[in-house]
Amino acid sequence: MNILVCVKQVPDTTEIKIDPVKNTLIREGVPSIVNPFDGYALEAAARIRDKNPDTKIVVLSMGPEQAKAALKECLAIAADKAYLVSDRAFGGSDTLATSYIISETIKKVAELEGGFDAIFCGKQAIDGDTAQVGPEIAEHLGLPQVTYGLEAELDGATLKVRKEVEEGVEVIGVKMPCLVTFTKPAWDPRYPTIKRKMAANKAEIPTLTAADLPTINLDNAGLKGSPTKVKKTFVPQKKTGGVKIKEADNAESAKVLFEKLSAAGII
Amino acid sequence: MNFHFNEEEQEILGMLHDFCLKEVAPIAAEVDENERFPEETWHKLADMGMMGVPMPEEYGGAGLSYVNYIGVCEELAKHCATTSVMVSAHTSLCCWPIATYGTEEQKQKYLNKLSTGEWLGAFGLTEPGAGTDAAMQKTVAEDKGDHWVLNGSKIFITNAGFANVFVVFAMTDKSLGTKGISAFIVERDFPGFKVGSHEKKMGIRGSSTCELVFEDCIVPKENLLGELNKGFKVAMTTLDGGRIGIAAQAIGIAQASIDECVKYTKERVQFGRRISQFQNTQFQLADMQAHVDAARLLVYRAAQAKQDHEPHSHLAAMAKLVAAETASDVTRRTLQLTGGYGYTREYPFERMMRDAKITEIYEGTSEVQRMVISGWMGVK
Repeated sequence: MNILVCVKQVPDTTEIKIDPVKNTLIREGVPSIVNPFDGYALEAAARIRDKNPDTKIVVLSMGPEQAKAALKECLAIAADKAYLVSDRAFGGSDTLATSYIISETIKKVAELEGGFDAIFCGKQAIDGDTAQVGPEIAEHLGLPQVTYGLEAELDGATLKVRKEVEEGVEVIGVKMPCLVTFTKPAWDPRYPTIKRKMAANKAEIPTLTAADLPTINLDNAGLKGSPTKVKKTFVPQKKTGGVKIKEADNAESAKVLFEKLSAAGII
Repeated sequence: MNFHFNEEEQEILGMLHDFCLKEVAPIAAEVDENERFPEETWHKLADMGMMGVPMPEEYGGAGLSYVNYIGVCEELAKHCATTSVMVSAHTSLCCWPIATYGTEEQKQKYLNKLSTGEWLGAFGLTEPGAGTDAAMQKTVAEDKGDHWVLNGSKIFITNAGFANVFVVFAMTDKSLGTKGISAFIVERDFPGFKVGSHEKKMGIRGSSTCELVFEDCIVPKENLLGELNKGFKVAMTTLDGGRIGIAAQAIGIAQASIDECVKYTKERVQFGRRISQFQNTQFQLADMQAHVDAARLLVYRAAQAKQDHEPHSHLAAMAKLVAAETASDVTRRTLQLTGGYGYTREYPFERMMRDAKITEIYEGTSEVQRMVISGWMGVK
């Protein structure tokens, strides 16, 4: 089985700081990491390989040259092969253009690596938080998709995906090839190993450019291919005050909440 | 002389640091409190390839430098001294002698599984009547033609409760003294071999320290490690390396204790000021850091000499002497700076002070290190 995992290099911060003047993310001095949700996607792929040792895991990232550091991290953890897609013409891409470029790249990487049975993505990147790129890749490639996956298991020609929903977990069977986006499961991804780390340091990571993608239409890439216009960005006002009710159990919490609301004359 | 870890070594230590923050530090107090051997950490470290860092790749190791391995012992000790000695007793005292003195068959059979961490190793030299005077071995090995029969006992054996393989020393010719000692590889399930109960200790309480009992223990002929009657050399050269690991453990404990103390003194307010603003605190911590760094240089120098196959017996002894005494001193002083809070188990200072003490005792007491150093100096 061949699995492609899409990863993004993101700044390592859960509290992203925003430049109050330019309204953009402050990236200086913030170390870069593999987007944690992409890490869960990689772990899901690695768990499939644990049970099916002939599984190959390829990682793909779009971004500048330094994104290779994130790809090397994936190689040190579980990936067998890595590709970067990078071109000046791709700069300024919104989610639509990004997903288009990635889907075109996947076609090329599939040629080189022998086709993919499944494409795994994180549900969203922690810097942009749009959760659009994964599903859009599936649309561009005409693949069935499952979002908010927790775990995937091979079941003949279908993939059995445990999927997070509001009320709990749904199990969905999806015919391969397919695309699954992953959210945080109950377990932590595995650690890198010394052997993989050393091999990753030596690994050659090919960079694909627009010239390597024969069917790409550059009108759909970069700024030109990005219909999203950012009208305004702003730092949401920090909420102050508030009371957290966390009693021993839900019934007790409800009681405390009721008392507080009554006391405040709301009910 | 270059005391920098290269980029790859730094990355591996960085990887271990991340692991320690998530998997080692959070359980260190519990492991100490419950005197529980952190077996799960052994397996997790094995998965990462950390149980055979300096062992050759062809025998399942990571093939990294001894200096890198010493960095691993130091990093582990910053978070949990018990975990550090689990790795160093396994690597320095069991993997290393088999890698160095073992036959090809012994390496295939034992080193492969030890270096990958599938098996855990231990080392049995100390006896009830043979501590610092290691030559007074009472355990005997009798040649029975196609096998050896071992009788006797060992005490204070690190990792013993969980180890699969033991490098053990016994007299093969009593009339020859130290020249009549031989080394053997003993598997846990050899007939006549038994691991006794866990010692209750002052520090490194999670470390599995037990007695080994040999009652007509049958050891196959081919499990003699190194040459017949050359076991004392195996033991001494093994300990030369082991001491560098213990010295690294000592500086790891000391550094962590300083780091925690700095944090504490910047928060604790007395007389209207953070206690870090008092000159006594500043000078005490400055002294401690300078001493730990001095010890660290000795430790890295000894590791580099071992890596370069240079004579390092005296360097290892100096490193361990200074690092261990520094660790005891530093952890006592950080506890003084943190006062009543430091004395409670809410903070790690008292644990670190208890853990530091053993580094002055095991793998040769500080007095043994002084004997090695003065012997090297020719002071007789």
